[in-house]
Amino acid sequence: METVALEVNGVRREAQVEPRTLLVELIRDHLGLTGTKVGCDTSQCGACTIHLDGKAVKSCTVLAVQADGSSVTTIEGLTHNGALHPIQEAFWAKHGLQCGFCTPGMIMTAAELLASGGTPTDEEIRHAIEGNLCRCTGYENIVRAIREAATQTAGVS
Amino acid sequence: MTTETTEAPTTQLIGKPIKRVEDPRLITGAAKYLDDLKLTGMAHVAILRSLYAHARIGAIRTDAAAAHPGVIAVFTGKDFEHLNPLPCAWQAAGTENFVATPRALEIDRVTFTGAGVAAVVAETQAAAEDALGLIEVDWEPLPVVTDPEAAVAEGAPQIHEAAASNVVMDWTCGDKEATERALAEADVVVEQRLVNQRLIPTPIETRGAAAQYEPSTGEYTVWMTSQAPHVMRLLMTAFVFGISETKMRCIAPQVGGGFGSKIYLYPEYVLMAALAEKVGRPVKWIETRRENYVATTHGRDHVTYLRVGAKKDGTITALDADTYANLGGVLSTIAPGIPTTLYGRMLSGAYRIPAIHCRVRGVYTNTGMVDAYRGAGRPEATYAVERAADLVARKLGLDPVEVRRRNFIPADAFPYDPGLLNGLKYDTGDYEKTLSRALEIVGYDDFRAKQEQARKEGRYLGIGLSSYVEMCGVAPSAWAGGEGWGAGLWESANVRVHLTGKVVVTTGSQSHGQGHETTMAQVVASELGVPLEDVTVEHSDTQGTPFGYGTYGSRSAAVGTVAVHTSVQRIKEKARRLAAHMLETSVDDIVYENGRAYARGAPDTGKTIQEIAGAAALGYDLPEGDEPFLDDTAYYDPPNCTFPFGTHVAIVEVDAETGEVTLERYVAVDDVGTVINPLVVDGQVHGGIAQGVAQALWEGAAYDEDGQLLTSSLMEYAIPKAQFFPPLEVDRTVTPTDVNPLGVKGAGETGTIAATPAVVNAVVDALAPLGIQHIDMPLTAERVWRAIEEAKA
Repeated sequence: METVALEVNGVRREAQVEPRTLLVELIRDHLGLTGTKVGCDTSQCGACTIHLDGKAVKSCTVLAVQADGSSVTTIEGLTHNGALHPIQEAFWAKHGLQCGFCTPGMIMTAAELLASGGTPTDEEIRHAIEGNLCRCTGYENIVRAIREAATQTAGVS
Repeated sequence: MTTETTEAPTTQLIGKPIKRVEDPRLITGAAKYLDDLKLTGMAHVAILRSLYAHARIGAIRTDAAAAHPGVIAVFTGKDFEHLNPLPCAWQAAGTENFVATPRALEIDRVTFTGAGVAAVVAETQAAAEDALGLIEVDWEPLPVVTDPEAAVAEGAPQIHEAAASNVVMDWTCGDKEATERALAEADVVVEQRLVNQRLIPTPIETRGAAAQYEPSTGEYTVWMTSQAPHVMRLLMTAFVFGISETKMRCIAPQVGGGFGSKIYLYPEYVLMAALAEKVGRPVKWIETRRENYVATTHGRDHVTYLRVGAKKDGTITALDADTYANLGGVLSTIAPGIPTTLYGRMLSGAYRIPAIHCRVRGVYTNTGMVDAYRGAGRPEATYAVERAADLVARKLGLDPVEVRRRNFIPADAFPYDPGLLNGLKYDTGDYEKTLSRALEIVGYDDFRAKQEQARKEGRYLGIGLSSYVEMCGVAPSAWAGGEGWGAGLWESANVRVHLTGKVVVTTGSQSHGQGHETTMAQVVASELGVPLEDVTVEHSDTQGTPFGYGTYGSRSAAVGTVAVHTSVQRIKEKARRLAAHMLETSVDDIVYENGRAYARGAPDTGKTIQEIAGAAALGYDLPEGDEPFLDDTAYYDPPNCTFPFGTHVAIVEVDAETGEVTLERYVAVDDVGTVINPLVVDGQVHGGIAQGVAQALWEGAAYDEDGQLLTSSLMEYAIPKAQFFPPLEVDRTVTPTDVNPLGVKGAGETGTIAATPAVVNAVVDALAPLGIQHIDMPLTAERVWRAIEEAKA
């Protein structure tokens, strides 16, 4: 067993894990943050996307021990004091989700894109989410949601 | 269509793009799906699956696995011999069905790779999976056949003893004699072999189940990724376990998409309930993606020999389809119904075709189970009919638009009997309207000019149409029963107005992304005149909801929501009686409007629904003969199916050097009747289009000759990514159905049904200068390139 200490959603957490434990397993099974999803076993679907030290990564491709000393943000950490993140608001307003299973990962990927600033083109948006698979929406309203959020956050900054 | 959302509810909410009420829990990660469930003392299960497509199961040695650290117990099929095989609940009518279905774990023989043969229960998922590798099975491989045409050929390996030539059923509809005569008399006959390839539904959430058993009462609780929890309970208790239905509670937690694949009873659901009892602890199993690909149902997989007769002017006079439907190694819950009722009976499409005949042979092969996948039979029918329209146009040198117009069922011909529906009729329609609108949006004539110019420059642009009609809200129950469906197809709802005026709706329907909690609430809020936030919709738990058949076949608006609507009408009637009593006037004088009941002509003196609900719940002073409380349960069995329609248009460019197809534009004009929430309907249409386009261009399950699934992960099975699509241009016309009082038809599958032939027609149109008249799907660069090379040779 290895000890992993990291900051998750602004809170210091520690867990004892087998060396083979994936970061997504640490987040879901050890820390009980089940908003992050697992949709495949080959790192294709992106449902497990979280932010690791500010970068969107698929938490099924990172070992828990590799995240030792890191800062992790999950979907649960995107809301601040009960207020939705602009990207969450936009997904809601634009009907950017149906079954909701890809949504946490999709939102985390989109949040990283927004954090980089600017107003991405539709093509850039579609490229940015190519590592996240959605089977319900045909991506149409996801792209609209990200465009909407980008426009709004660009207006703010 | 760009729809802006509405924040502030008004009294009339039907037709308003209300933001979904279920979304806050989904966008914050708070929603609990199956794998998020943690039960006290819960053990984890992993399943050993057959690596052979056809084999006898010899001895199974489990000692080493059982001794592995963390393992609680290991089980094989013999441990569950007392449980019946799973039922096949829909068998094709009018013909014998030779039924072989799976067991919780197979005992003697497996007939496809991925069939479960042993299960490990362990303290952790990792320990369970580790121990799988320690189980030894003496396999005796048997000859394999994966292709449906090869399976019925003489000398093919026999998969199930009872099914001679591997035929599950041999079903026909239409008029064979008239069709042959019309074909013989036709000016032209086009013939085409069409492969509607096997697809893998691929919801992003895989399947799973958890169960606990309470020995003191003999009660099971089973959580499952299901589109139909009530049906699951019925099938598991009455058919598999042979116990009272009241001894099991089935719950579908938040479900991450299904597309049909989560309708059915699967071996693992039975297994979890049985294991929870055996080990005396709650257990959970969640599918890996590979398991999802090998062990969850697939869709489509037809080979069709199509013959179409026409007059010189493009009038279609006959259509004959001889179809082989691959149903896999064993039958899933409703497998035989899909390529029969939902396929053969829809082969008239949007057209007046005087003579139609269809023969379907359902075939066993050593492949995974095939059952309904989004659209279920109707995409296959629409593909055949819409390819037929283009083949006729090509043969006669006519514009595909002209051929469609010439054959459309005219708007004044409804209700229309295509002669195939075993007594049902198309309800309402105006096919020309959606076609004209789609052509207008796409700029059809301009495109043809542009295409002509591009051809001169050596570029291959193409346009493809699909003018579909489909069948939603499949019912009435008696009709479905006559089609071999082994149950009813009504839906139920209970509406209660509590003392505080808050409304609780329970439905037997199930939502796994469709947004029932919003759309049903919109109907209730509108009809009752209460704020949307005062209405709560509960579903997906057999405890606390009335029986329902579940969500599939675009039936939740056209059947489930109509049950809700029926309940609300009766609540309003009772509210009027109570108001009359409270206002000391005759009920005939009471008007119910915008949440208030008042005496006609005196709107200021009425009672609000909240006041009436309070009085009803207190029960101090009720009219003679009325019981306390505003509460009503409705069971709605529609008198007919509904028949949405529309025209989709795809524009593609084909790179003749590489064969690569680029989807340049996609225009959809659907008519799904009255729209409850345009945001939700547009979303359904978008998603459907994506899946339909994906069948045309990218997706296809592939088995090798040994029955190994080559596309068994997201690395090989090409579900589309965001950058594969242009913006989808979606519009609609509104032709309400007269089947139900809401006028709704259903919108969940239109996109999938329409998109596939539109895209294939576009690619074939692009390659018309090369003389190419058909390419089988998926139209990958390689396939298209080969077709181009062949045509050039």
